[in-house]
Amino acid sequence: MKIRKGIPLIDQHDKNGFYGGKFGGNFIAETAIKPIQDLSKLFEKLRKDKKFLKLKDYYFKNYLKGETPLFKLENLTDHLGGAQIWCKDVSAIHGDAHKAYHATVNALICKAAGKKYIVGDTGAGMFGKNLAMAARELKLKCKIFMGTKDIKRQAPNVKFMREAGAEIIPVSSGSATLVDAVSECMRYYVSNCDTTHLAVGSAIGANVFLKICAYSTAQISRELKKQLLEEFGEIPKMKLVNVIGGGSSAAGFWSEFIHYPKKHIELIGVEAKYCAPLTTNAKLAILHGAAQYCLTDKNGQIKETHSISAGLDYPGVSPLHCFLKDTGRARYCSASDEQALAAFKLVTQLEPSVKPSLEPSHCLHEVIRLAPKLNEDEIIIYNNCGHAYKDRKIIQEKIGYYPT
Amino acid sequence: MRNAIDLAFQKGRVEKKPLLISYTVCGDPNKKKSLEILKSISEYVNIVEWGFAHNCPTADGPDIQNSSYRAIKNGVNLKDTFKLVKDYKKYKNSKPLILMGYYQMIFHYGEKRFVKKCKEVGVDGLIVVDLPWPNNKDIAKLCKKNSICFIQLVAPTTTKKRMKMIIKDSHQILYQISMISTTGKKLKVSSKEIIKNNKIIKRINPKKNVVVGFGINKKNISSLKKCDGLVVGSAICKEISTSLKNRQNPVKKLNKMVKELKRKMS
Repeated sequence: MKIRKGIPLIDQHDKNGFYGGKFGGNFIAETAIKPIQDLSKLFEKLRKDKKFLKLKDYYFKNYLKGETPLFKLENLTDHLGGAQIWCKDVSAIHGDAHKAYHATVNALICKAAGKKYIVGDTGAGMFGKNLAMAARELKLKCKIFMGTKDIKRQAPNVKFMREAGAEIIPVSSGSATLVDAVSECMRYYVSNCDTTHLAVGSAIGANVFLKICAYSTAQISRELKKQLLEEFGEIPKMKLVNVIGGGSSAAGFWSEFIHYPKKHIELIGVEAKYCAPLTTNAKLAILHGAAQYCLTDKNGQIKETHSISAGLDYPGVSPLHCFLKDTGRARYCSASDEQALAAFKLVTQLEPSVKPSLEPSHCLHEVIRLAPKLNEDEIIIYNNCGHAYKDRKIIQEKIGYYPT
Repeated sequence: MRNAIDLAFQKGRVEKKPLLISYTVCGDPNKKKSLEILKSISEYVNIVEWGFAHNCPTADGPDIQNSSYRAIKNGVNLKDTFKLVKDYKKYKNSKPLILMGYYQMIFHYGEKRFVKKCKEVGVDGLIVVDLPWPNNKDIAKLCKKNSICFIQLVAPTTTKKRMKMIIKDSHQILYQISMISTTGKKLKVSSKEIIKNNKIIKRINPKKNVVVGFGINKKNISSLKKCDGLVVGSAICKEISTSLKNRQNPVKKLNKMVKELKRKMS
């Protein structure tokens, strides 16, 4: 399995939507075939359409408030005494997480398709909140599917969604988390695909959905590239560390860099310990319309997962990451709930300006582990892809306080 | 390829009656009872469809989901399903049996191994919900080789061009999805509309048997008598849920219900 040169990450698939011949595809009900084909055609047209690109850039700049900062975490670097640690603070975006990018793009696509209704799934509530906001901005009717367990643990985002005018559909089947929310949302789409646009919350699902997602979050790496050239005058030798749930933020953080040699730019993905299909050599399975590495039981049923982090509580992972893993381009490891919390505690003590949510706190564990082993001239950049306000209650409970 | 499914349709044509096809989930409410239900309703139905449960079904409404979750909770797996099919097929009054489910379960079991096992235990037909044409060409061929009818689905959203290609690659039966929906929702299109779509499919190839499913229940079944066959699934699964809730015997309740459905079709 190889990455084909000169082709963007999202376009590395074959005509059937498979990456590396085996990941992804379109495992969907016949009813949804035509709407999905239509969406595919529309998306391929729009991404070449100057007017649409201008509109997208306008929204990224004015509605999402433009570029998110890149800065060095001086105190953390000094404390660990090794590699320089830099933060690409995507949580500074209007919407507090990378989900803002594909929520906005999906709303724009929905509008371009002439549809009035948009539906999406959410785990941590970041995608739900951003989709609700984008829908309000573009005057679309929005429904958000969310597991009842997540509605409880991510209450601040639920409030946001309601205030933005979205209808929240609680999902209580199965484990009542993200996996069930996605299933229910896809079922809703099958029943309403003639009138409704489906915005899938991560780089998962049938081919076009994961493409739209990773296409949108790729804004992160485009910005980063520009910022690196400004800061260093070149693309330095570095390690890009990102948390992996479904894999939408990492796909966006890395997409501009996949063609660089591994020795130049190393890509490291960090999964949550008990939702880690890439780290635990999980079997290939079909979940939510795509073939991917996924946690299953001995009978082939999709396994229930457990993570403190609602955004990572998902048994599968983007086919894009399965492809990056098997081509050897990225490497994947995992961090436990406790390790993520410890990383959060250390980083927020040393760097009061950074408030990583529990999701990026997982990748900070790996950053903290790696940095002391490296020389001072080496660079680690991590994607601070979400803000911690939504986890306030959990953090308070677990470490006894929430940093101000 | 001639198998029991063909014979059932042949008989239906002679009698000028649509076939009644039931859908229940193997292992719902438990292994033993699900087999008893199947045997009991075989008195009235012409073909039985049996679902093999999956816990992330993306095209099922709440009634079939409930049945599937109950089956999974009871620990039913494909091995049990095959054993139960074999037991059912030994029953003297057994009908042609179609297995239906999601591709993940087949993929996990191994496609070749799955089809081989189907043949071994006497499965007559197979429907895979989330493996649409042309992705199902390989498994369809494999089925044909083993005298198992692979059933292609056609939806109201399927374009005519695609429909023609699907029909060309189809075996004896096509499954017409009545409306844009998951299983078991209220029928949101008129019977007239369904019959119209049915005729479009039939015109492309009149030799194919076209069965209609999704949203069929005792209220609307008599208005669709012109079709070759009608599938009732969610309504039956719901009846199992109701009888469990009311602590009634689902075997008896279902026998009565299916009898009523059959009566409404004649």
